[in-house]
Amino acid sequence: MLKTFSIGGIHPAENKLSAGTAIQRLPIPSEVMIPLSQHIGAPAQPIVAVGDTVLTGQLIAQANGFVSANVHSSVSGKVTKIEEYTDGNGYKKTAIVIAVDGDEWDPSVDRSPGIKRDISLTPEEIVNKIGEMGIVGMGGATFPAKVKLSVKPGQCQVLIINGVECEPYLTADHQLMVEKGDEILIGIKVLMKALQVDKAIIGIENNKRDAIDHLSKLAASYPGISVQALKLKYPQGGEKQLIDACTGRQVASGALPISVGAVVQNIGTAYAIYEAVQKNKPLIERVVCVTGKPLQRPSNFIVRIGTPIRTVIEATGGIPADYGKVIGGGPMMGRALTNLEVPVIKGTSGILLMSKAESKRGEVSNCIRCAKCVSACPMGLEPYLISRLSEKLMWDECEVNKIADCIECGSCNYTCPSNRPLLDYIRMGKAKVMGIMRARAAAAKAAAESAQKQ
Amino acid sequence: MINTILITVAVLAAIGLAAAIILYFVSQKFKVVEDPRIGEIESLLPGANCGGCGFPGCRGLAEALTKADDISGMGCPGSSAEVMAQIAKILGKEASAKVPQIAVVRCKGTCQNRQKTLEYDGAKSCAIASANFAGDTGCSFGCLGYGDCVTACRFDAIQIDSATGLPVVDEAKCTSCGACVRACPKQVIEIRNKGPRNMRVWVSCINKDKGAVARKACTAACIGCGKCAKECAFGAITVENNVAYIDFTKCKLCRKCVADCPTKAISEINFPPRKEPAAEVPKPETKPEVKAEAPKEAAQDKTEQIKEQK
Repeated sequence: MLKTFSIGGIHPAENKLSAGTAIQRLPIPSEVMIPLSQHIGAPAQPIVAVGDTVLTGQLIAQANGFVSANVHSSVSGKVTKIEEYTDGNGYKKTAIVIAVDGDEWDPSVDRSPGIKRDISLTPEEIVNKIGEMGIVGMGGATFPAKVKLSVKPGQCQVLIINGVECEPYLTADHQLMVEKGDEILIGIKVLMKALQVDKAIIGIENNKRDAIDHLSKLAASYPGISVQALKLKYPQGGEKQLIDACTGRQVASGALPISVGAVVQNIGTAYAIYEAVQKNKPLIERVVCVTGKPLQRPSNFIVRIGTPIRTVIEATGGIPADYGKVIGGGPMMGRALTNLEVPVIKGTSGILLMSKAESKRGEVSNCIRCAKCVSACPMGLEPYLISRLSEKLMWDECEVNKIADCIECGSCNYTCPSNRPLLDYIRMGKAKVMGIMRARAAAAKAAAESAQKQ
Repeated sequence: MINTILITVAVLAAIGLAAAIILYFVSQKFKVVEDPRIGEIESLLPGANCGGCGFPGCRGLAEALTKADDISGMGCPGSSAEVMAQIAKILGKEASAKVPQIAVVRCKGTCQNRQKTLEYDGAKSCAIASANFAGDTGCSFGCLGYGDCVTACRFDAIQIDSATGLPVVDEAKCTSCGACVRACPKQVIEIRNKGPRNMRVWVSCINKDKGAVARKACTAACIGCGKCAKECAFGAITVENNVAYIDFTKCKLCRKCVADCPTKAISEINFPPRKEPAAEVPKPETKPEVKAEAPKEAAQDKTEQIKEQK
């Protein structure tokens, strides 16, 4: 029986143009730009200087705080610059620029072609290794994986692996599942050992039959791991939606998945964890799906971190002359890039080109109170209401109406017949309200501490 | 029949009387004594509840004023000195002299000066646009032009000029409450002293990029060359992070910096036409006059346009 999550959801056109195209390895570019902030949390601290020679896989920037991640060199060569660059949003961020010279790997990385099945490390060692290798959530959120795995033993009852890839167009995870099934399953075993759970569910949407069949066949020899086929519905890849779909458990408003005994990791993350723990290979490359109707050959590439996005697009048969916009990520949650010189980072799951006609938003008209957005919202919110409250800067009312629960999936925007920019306003209000909530929590904490001292 | 009516009237009257007696005693018992001056002061304040004074609305300020021992630091930015003197009189205190201030827009990135490099299609709000990306031009610091300041202004004192795409402050209406400053996600607007006879000089740019980058994005960008800082005899100009800033408390309005700025990033307003050509660079007599008059004309044009729009 196919399962799915219980409330809301939409069915956008799938447009999986690059499905079935084998993952190709993109040649190493002549220069890479590796940002210090490729994850949620504090930017990493560089530990190399201009002029240093680095090897592929060498640590070049260290995690700065608990929620942060190590950054490794994806190429071998010379550090030429550590300077500000303009990121995809047009703001300035710091990056390490390395001029490539050959491809000499750090000797600690195990580059033998065979699959290593035995897991020799203890749970603690695994978690530390994952942190050391700079693994972050590869689905696009880039939350440091180590933080998610730092749970008390027994707290986690089930590990859920996200192979949903519910975003239209994107096929990176799909192709990875088809090609690297064994590695992924060993990665899941590693995760299960780290979390000390004996049950793992791989959730895959039913439009990826080959991946479901392939992984089900392989999973037969991995006790505890099962594959759950899921009904097609966006945003099934959302953490809370996936837990609901796979286990029927619902995460309360404001709570984390661990409150219902679940930890969710992406397929790409499971693969990266296999490489990190079993092969000692840091996160220096990832599968990127380059797709879109204007492209000649939509493809799946394995790309070194720091490769300019322009180079990646060119590899699909050239940059089309009349594209409208380039989106980093999928069409629903990705963000339009302001320039093509930005590098591929740990969270770049896809690069999507849209034609001019596709990228234009429709004309905005008044809300007709059709409540389509309400039925589409997978979090059970009232998008028409909270977007309006946010527009009117009514933060208290926004908070009461649970704006902080919004997962920014864009289902409301997609479904609105009046083309209202609902998510734009909700996102702004959410950022504002979360800021207010954090400030209040910090103030309460400080007050409690001072009361304790007295 | 008549009995029924009489009984009804009597009962109702009795209930009314009883309720009146109860209400009388209750109101005596729970009487809230309020300083009558609060209401008086509140009636003098503009009633826009703009929050520019730092208190929650006009009544908040009135309450704070009556409670405070020293009112020197407090006052309504939206009211004239006479109103504040009246309020001080009610309170039996001395009003502190207030230097009149005004909002200034620190960006000259008009559609001509600053070419668009991108097309933004999202919600027309500066707060949202700036959360999504740095701006649709090469400059990531300047005005976005979607008018959050216009929405925030309770005095109708700021409007987007459709020709330039930049906000224009109406000098007569601006009360320097600072609502626009708080609304602007780019911190383009600053509250500065209004200056003698409303004459002001300020740097119309906040671009912190290096000179070449800033100049490429906008022809009127401050490139941080420091020429103005060297020229200034009063030490009013500092250049930090590739952008100059004029301290309005030190500026003596000599306007040397305005003439010297290579990108014309420094604005002057309400000055009389220049009489003498600049001493160092001899120029034909007519030219400086035209130059000096141009911004004034432009300013007048803008205010006229605003009037027309209304």
